[in-house]
Amino acid sequence: MNLPSQLDLEKERIKGFAADYGLAPFDTVFEIVDYDQLNMIAAYGGFPTRYPHWRFGMEYEHLRKTYSYGLGKIYELVINNDPCYAYLLKSNSLLDQKLVICHVYGHSDFFRNNLWFAGTNRRMVDEMANHGARIRSYIKRHGRDAVEDFVDRCLSLDNLIDRHSPYIKRCQAEEPPLAEAERPRRPEVHRIKSKEYMDAYINPPEFLARQKKRGEEGLKRARAFPSEPQADVLLFLMEHAPLERWQRDILSIVREEAYYYLPQGMTKIMNEGWASYWHSRLMTERAANSDEIVDYADHHSGTVAVHPGRLNPYKLGLELFRDIEERWDKGRFGPEWEDCQSDEERRNWDKGTGRGREKIFEVRKIYNDLTFIDEFLTPDFCRRHRLFSFNYDKRAEEFKIESRAFRKIKRRLLAALTNCNQPIVRIVDGNFQNRGELYLAHQFEGVEMEVTKARDTLVNLHAVWGRPVHIETALEGKGRIFSFDGQEHKETERKLESAESAARADEDDDDED
Amino acid sequence: MITRIQRDHGRFQEIVRGIIRKDLRKYITRGEMFGKKGKDLVSIPLPQIDTPRFRFGKNQGGVGQGEGEPGDSMGGQPQPGQGPGAGEDEGQHVLEAELTLEELARILGEELELPNIQPRGKKVVASLKDRYTNVRHVGPESLRHFKRTYVKALRRQLAAGDYNPENPLVLPIREDKMYRSWQTTEVPESNAVIIYMMDVSGSMGDEQKEIVRTEAFWIDTWLQHQYKKLVTRYIIHDAAARLVDAETFYRTRESGGTAISSAYRLARELIGREYSPSDWNIYLFHFSDGDNLSSDNETSLSLLQDDLVPAANLFAYGQVKSLYGSGEFKSYLDEKLEAENVITAEINSRDEILDCIKAFLGKGK
Repeated sequence: MNLPSQLDLEKERIKGFAADYGLAPFDTVFEIVDYDQLNMIAAYGGFPTRYPHWRFGMEYEHLRKTYSYGLGKIYELVINNDPCYAYLLKSNSLLDQKLVICHVYGHSDFFRNNLWFAGTNRRMVDEMANHGARIRSYIKRHGRDAVEDFVDRCLSLDNLIDRHSPYIKRCQAEEPPLAEAERPRRPEVHRIKSKEYMDAYINPPEFLARQKKRGEEGLKRARAFPSEPQADVLLFLMEHAPLERWQRDILSIVREEAYYYLPQGMTKIMNEGWASYWHSRLMTERAANSDEIVDYADHHSGTVAVHPGRLNPYKLGLELFRDIEERWDKGRFGPEWEDCQSDEERRNWDKGTGRGREKIFEVRKIYNDLTFIDEFLTPDFCRRHRLFSFNYDKRAEEFKIESRAFRKIKRRLLAALTNCNQPIVRIVDGNFQNRGELYLAHQFEGVEMEVTKARDTLVNLHAVWGRPVHIETALEGKGRIFSFDGQEHKETERKLESAESAARADEDDDDED
Repeated sequence: MITRIQRDHGRFQEIVRGIIRKDLRKYITRGEMFGKKGKDLVSIPLPQIDTPRFRFGKNQGGVGQGEGEPGDSMGGQPQPGQGPGAGEDEGQHVLEAELTLEELARILGEELELPNIQPRGKKVVASLKDRYTNVRHVGPESLRHFKRTYVKALRRQLAAGDYNPENPLVLPIREDKMYRSWQTTEVPESNAVIIYMMDVSGSMGDEQKEIVRTEAFWIDTWLQHQYKKLVTRYIIHDAAARLVDAETFYRTRESGGTAISSAYRLARELIGREYSPSDWNIYLFHFSDGDNLSSDNETSLSLLQDDLVPAANLFAYGQVKSLYGSGEFKSYLDEKLEAENVITAEINSRDEILDCIKAFLGKGK
C-alpha cells in the first residue's frame, strides 16, 4: 500500500532534513503493511518472493506468537537494495512512523555508503525472486522432498563462507590434483660448477639445504588441494563435489544469500548505532513537533534500553558514535591525549578541533563492527557505561560477571565479533589420504565447538561431498578429529599444534590476571 | 488464496507433527503436557528444530552492561555467545507446537496401532441433527431451490395459458419460489462413561499418582476421539471410597489401609444410578499398587464377576509399582477372573505407560 498523503509529506520533509545533514541514502520506497504482512515479510528475511522453505514458516509462527502474546513487535523493516525498501506498520501512530522513517534513512545511508556493503547485490529483490523461481522449478522436476532435503543440507553449511573476502567470488579456477605422471618432479638443486677447493664457498651447504627445503615445500604445495586452506567451503563444494546441476545451483543460491546477509551481521552495532544516532538527531532537531517530543523520548528510550546483563547493539553503537563525535570535536585523540595522565586536564580537554561530524561520516564509511570496537572503545567509555565481561562458570552452571577491566571487556567483545562469532573453519585437504576424503580444520581460538551439532553438520557435509569427511578441532585442551564416513562417527586424538596450545594457554593466562 | 507463507507454515507444521509422532513415547512419558491442556488445544514444548552448524558451545563469555561485582551471578541465562554482532545466527526459539486433541488422538492411535472402538450393540442415545432435506415457501434467496421454483412457475404459466413454446420464457412470481430448508432428525450416537478408580492409600506416592495422571490423560484423549460424548467420573479409595472431582482425584493423599471392594461397590452404585449399561458404553479403569487387604480380595472379586465386568465394555486394572505395595492383587485377578473384557497390566516405571495404554486400549473394546 502506498503512503497516505500526510505520511508522504512527512517523508519528503525528513528526506530533506537528512540531506541537509549530509546523509546520502538510496531512494527509499516506503510501504504500509499490517502486522500480519509485516511478520510474513520479516519471516522471509525481508523478501516476500523468496524460495519456499519450512524455516520461513517457523519464523513466521514465532513472530506471530510473539506479537499476539504482546511480547514484542517489529516496528520497521528495511531492505538493502536500490531502491531501498522499507515497511511501516499500519497500526503505528504518526509519531512512530516519523521516528521509523528517520531511522530507515539512517540505515539506507549506511547500506549505500559503508564499504562492507559495496559488494552486495543492490538488485537483491529481483535476485531473490529469481532464486525463488529456480527452486520452485526444481521442486516441480525433482519433487519437494528431494529439494527440501538438499536445501536443508546446504543451510547447515551456510556459515562456512569466507568472511574476509570483501566480494563474493563467483568461481575460482583451481584444478583438482594432477595425476601421478603429470605431477611436478622433485626439483634438482642447481649447483654452480666449481673447483673442489672453492666449492664450499661457491655452493655453500646451508644455501643448498635451504634451496632444497624450499623446493620440497613448493612441491608439497603444488600437490596440495586446495593449494591454500580455503575458508569458502561452499565454493569449494560447488566446484568439486559430485553434484547434479540443480544441486549445484541450489548450493550457489544458498551461498549467494549468505554473502548478501553477511555485511549486516558484520556491522550490526554500527548500522543500528548509526540509524539510532540519526533518528535521534533528526527527530529532536527537526522532525518532531513540540507536542510530540515527550512521546518520542519515551519510544526512543525503549529502543536503547539496556536490559540488565545484556548489551544492546543500538545503545552501544549510538553511544560510541556520540563519543567519537565529542572526542573529535574536542580534539581528544592523538598521542598528546593518550599520554596525558592528569584527570583534571582530561576532563577539561577541549582543543576546539570541531571535526566530530566529519569523523563519524568517515567511520561509517570504512569500519565494520570489529574494527569499530577495536579502534574506538576506550577505558573511559567502558567505565561510563558500566560495561563488564562475563564468562560461563562450568561448576555453577551459570554465567558470572568476570571483570570490569578494560582489556578483558575489549577482548571479549572482539572475540564475539571475530568472524561474526562463528568458528573459523577451512578446507585443508580435498583429497585426504589420497582417497578423496574431505578434511576441514577449525582454527581453535579458545572456544570449543558444540560437539553434537558438529557431528550433525558432518553428516550433512558428507551427504554433499559423498566421501568421508573429517574436521579437526580441540576439546578440553586436547586435539580431536571428528570423522563421519556415511555409516558411523569416529573421534580420534591428534597432537595440538603450537599455535593452538598457545591460544589455549593465552586464554588460561588471561583468566588469572 | 493460499499465500506463500501459509504454504511454508503448513510445511513447518507437518514437520512438527512428524517429530511429535517420532517422539511420542517421550512425550507420553513426561507428564508435563497434561498441565498445558487447554479447552481443545494441547501445546507441546518441542526441542528446537534446528539446522545444525559448526558453532561455538556454551562455554563462551561475552560482554554485558549494568551493575554488579565480578563474581556475581548474572541470573537467568544470557544467550550464550550473545555478543552483539552475533546476528548471523537465525533466531533460536523454543517451539511450542499446538495440536488439537483430535489430532493428538489420531497420532496416538496410529502410533500404537489402536483399533477403532466398536461401540456395543446396545440401545444408543439419540442426538438431534439438522439436515437440509426439506423445502419451504419462505427463506433466504441464497437457499432458493431453482428446479422446484422453475417447475412451479412453469406449471402456473401453463395453467394460466401464459406459456409460449415459441418463446419459452418462465417468470417466477413470489408464490412460485421454493426454498431449501432443514429437517431435524434423530441420529443414533453412542455415549461413553469412564470411571477411574484410584487407590490413594498411604503406599501410593506422588510418583505413582503422576503415572496414573499421565495415563488417564491419554486414555481420555483416545476415548474422546472415539465417542462424541464422553463423561468422566472419579473414585478414590483407601479403606472407604468416595466420588470426587478430577482435581481431588489427582491431588488427594490419604493414608490407611486398602479395601478395593469399597471402590467397586461405589462404582456399581454409580452405574446403577446414572449409567445404565443398556444406554452407555462403560469403561472402568482401576489403578492401585495392589496392596489390598487380603480378606477383601474375595469380596472384590465377586463384585467384579457379578456386576462390574458384565456391565462394562472394558475393565482395566493397572498396577503401579510402589515402594510399599506388595502387588498381590494383580496376580490374584489374573488367576481368578477370566473374562474377555478384562485387562490387567503392570506399570513399573514411566517408560511403561505407553505399553500399558496399548494393552488397555489395544482390544478395541
